[in-house]
Amino acid sequence: MGAASNGNGRTAYLNARLLDPASGLDATGALLAEGARIADLGPRLFNGGVPEGIAAIDCAGACLSPGLVDMRVQLREPGEEHKETIKTAGLAAARGGIAAMAALPNTEPVVDDVAGVEYIARRAREAKLVKVYTYGAVTRGMEGKEITEIGLLAEFGARAFTDGLKAVADSQVMRRALSYARAHDQVIVQHPEDPSLADGVMNEGGAATRLGLAGIPAAAEAIMVERDLRLVELTGGRYHAAHVSTAAALKAIHGAKARGLRVTCDTAPHYFALSEADVGDYRSFAKVSPPLRAEADREAVAEAVADGTIDAVASDHSPHDQESKRLPFAIAAPGIAGLETLLPLTLALVHGKRMSLLDALARLTRGPADILKLDAGRLAKGAPADLTIFDPDLAWRIDPDKFLSKSKNSPFEDYPVRGQALATVVDGRMIYRAEGFGGAAGAK
Amino acid sequence: MSPSSSTPFSSVPSPLGYGHRHLLGIEGLTADEIGVLLDLSEGYVALSRSQSKKTALMRGLTVINLFFETSTRTRTSFELAGKRLGADVINMSVAWSAIKKGETLIDTAMTLNAMHPDVLVVRHPDSGAVKLLSEKVNCAVINAGDGSHEHPTQALLDALTIRRRRGSLAGLVVAICGDILHSRVARSNIHLLTALGAKVRAVAPPTLMPTEIESLGAEVFFDMRRALEGCDIVMMLRLQTERMHGSYVPSTREYFHFYGLDRDKLAAAKPDALIMHPGPMNRGVEIDSEVADDIDRSLIRAQVEMGVAVRMACLDILTRDLRRDNAQAGGG
Repeated sequence: MGAASNGNGRTAYLNARLLDPASGLDATGALLAEGARIADLGPRLFNGGVPEGIAAIDCAGACLSPGLVDMRVQLREPGEEHKETIKTAGLAAARGGIAAMAALPNTEPVVDDVAGVEYIARRAREAKLVKVYTYGAVTRGMEGKEITEIGLLAEFGARAFTDGLKAVADSQVMRRALSYARAHDQVIVQHPEDPSLADGVMNEGGAATRLGLAGIPAAAEAIMVERDLRLVELTGGRYHAAHVSTAAALKAIHGAKARGLRVTCDTAPHYFALSEADVGDYRSFAKVSPPLRAEADREAVAEAVADGTIDAVASDHSPHDQESKRLPFAIAAPGIAGLETLLPLTLALVHGKRMSLLDALARLTRGPADILKLDAGRLAKGAPADLTIFDPDLAWRIDPDKFLSKSKNSPFEDYPVRGQALATVVDGRMIYRAEGFGGAAGAK
Repeated sequence: MSPSSSTPFSSVPSPLGYGHRHLLGIEGLTADEIGVLLDLSEGYVALSRSQSKKTALMRGLTVINLFFETSTRTRTSFELAGKRLGADVINMSVAWSAIKKGETLIDTAMTLNAMHPDVLVVRHPDSGAVKLLSEKVNCAVINAGDGSHEHPTQALLDALTIRRRRGSLAGLVVAICGDILHSRVARSNIHLLTALGAKVRAVAPPTLMPTEIESLGAEVFFDMRRALEGCDIVMMLRLQTERMHGSYVPSTREYFHFYGLDRDKLAAAKPDALIMHPGPMNRGVEIDSEVADDIDRSLIRAQVEMGVAVRMACLDILTRDLRRDNAQAGGG
């Protein structure tokens, strides 16, 4: 890596396909990073050669985009370090092309006070890998009853508020959270499932009936989203529906956006790549919350990523050890380790001619960055030098055994994909570089 | 004594016509495979009725009944089946609590596997648990009921009972009535009955009817009298007490009024329609004593007898290869 990793120096990324969804830039050119910031970029930059004193990296025609922002991950630290740590998640994220990630507060203890927020920040500084942002819990202990110190938590760096995998079920609590958070311009992120309807373990339908597993109807999601949208209307709050999985909820969100409500949503790749059929005969690696849905829902989610109803695609990284997954389906832990597969699984929508490369990147960069109000997700002079360099076409097969994440729980074993990160740059430091990428450019 | 040797199925790889290492469910079995098991069971009915009742077929082999859920009937039936075949039978009951979760399942499987059993008979409260366990052991596994998924030997014994009374299942109309949602007996029976050409009607209040049960081949009825019209067989299911009082149905009184089998509702079925129940019965909840004990109509006691024979057939067929290998090793 040499000079390229020197955070104080100047580094030129040459011969790159510059892709910036925010400005619409898609052109071959170069980018100059100075220290932790982008100093300049464009098609004509360094056309006359790279001046003395600037380290040069030849991108050899690879794509260079703003560093990917993964707005929904579980780091398991503190409390479940046998499943993942901030360090191992950082290594996995960097290899996946992710430059920043936002961690759910469902750790042990729950991040519902200032000390928790500071702990995550300190551990992330020590790991010195990707940028780690943290959510604060909406309610104390994520118990759904008393709202947390949203203002103070926000001052200390919490970027949004959520009760993780638990819905804020009580309407009055949700109303107050949305209302109170307005004063601090914070977004409330909901796990949109009516808990009393969601006491099953997979999508309700023919597959669940055949397997004898308790089902969760798609309506459990739509009911919670529709209630929340009423509360957004009532309070004027800012609301984000996480990992949306059904056509019905997407329709409601689409309508709310059209009415001008401050509403956004994300999904995870498995909701547009897989369906309930992938549960097969009790594959617990395909158990997620919300559950994988019917084919028509899968199709609707893919379409909504393409048309922008879905603002962000997040990995929903949920690392689990073997012991949590090698269980009868009903009691196996839900979730997929997704950091290392977010980019290629999202690019499948581009290769499937469903959306443009720039639009797909928007869901992975400025989309989530804007929801969390991060200084990220853009290639612009003065912006942080957080960059993802990737080959959009490289064909490979996913091998969870090779994940850098401590946990290997992925249903995408041997799944064919195209596209892979070649390098990940955070604040000008190259924290990941694929083998064979980025030899120093020839002197001119 | 091998009644099945008369069954020629050249298309199936195993010479016996049963091409599986385990018996985890009826789904996935062909009509021919089911036929092989039923034919073999016939022989064991005869044996069980004879003076000696026993063979030495499985002498030296070990059967472990591993029950994570209490059961007297099924466990006893398997125990008797194993003993009549001359096997060493061990019963193990494991208290299954949500706190201990799956470590018990996999750990128990590994521990038992180290004892080299030849057949594990497993019952578990979670759907899919028996399949999971079967992936961790080296011996044959029989599913004695997993959650709401399957209970294959119950469906086989039901089919044997019907076949002995009616000669064939093809074309019969069978109504399965009760808590279909939570019933592994219903699922296994729907798979088996449709595979053998019977028409299946599923009858339950909507709260106890699983969604898209039609995809398994059953026709849905909420009105029991209409469902019973023209039926050859009325198969009742047990309703668990915890589901009676206001959760899935308002009360036992209301349930019995609309879905309990009594003379009045039975009158809608064919005059010679037969009544079945996997037991244990809740008299006065899902079935009236008068019809349950009607010796002309009720097959409930015959079902229990067929249970032992069917389980003998299953133990026999799943250990055939092993016994053949042992015999060759011993003889050569």
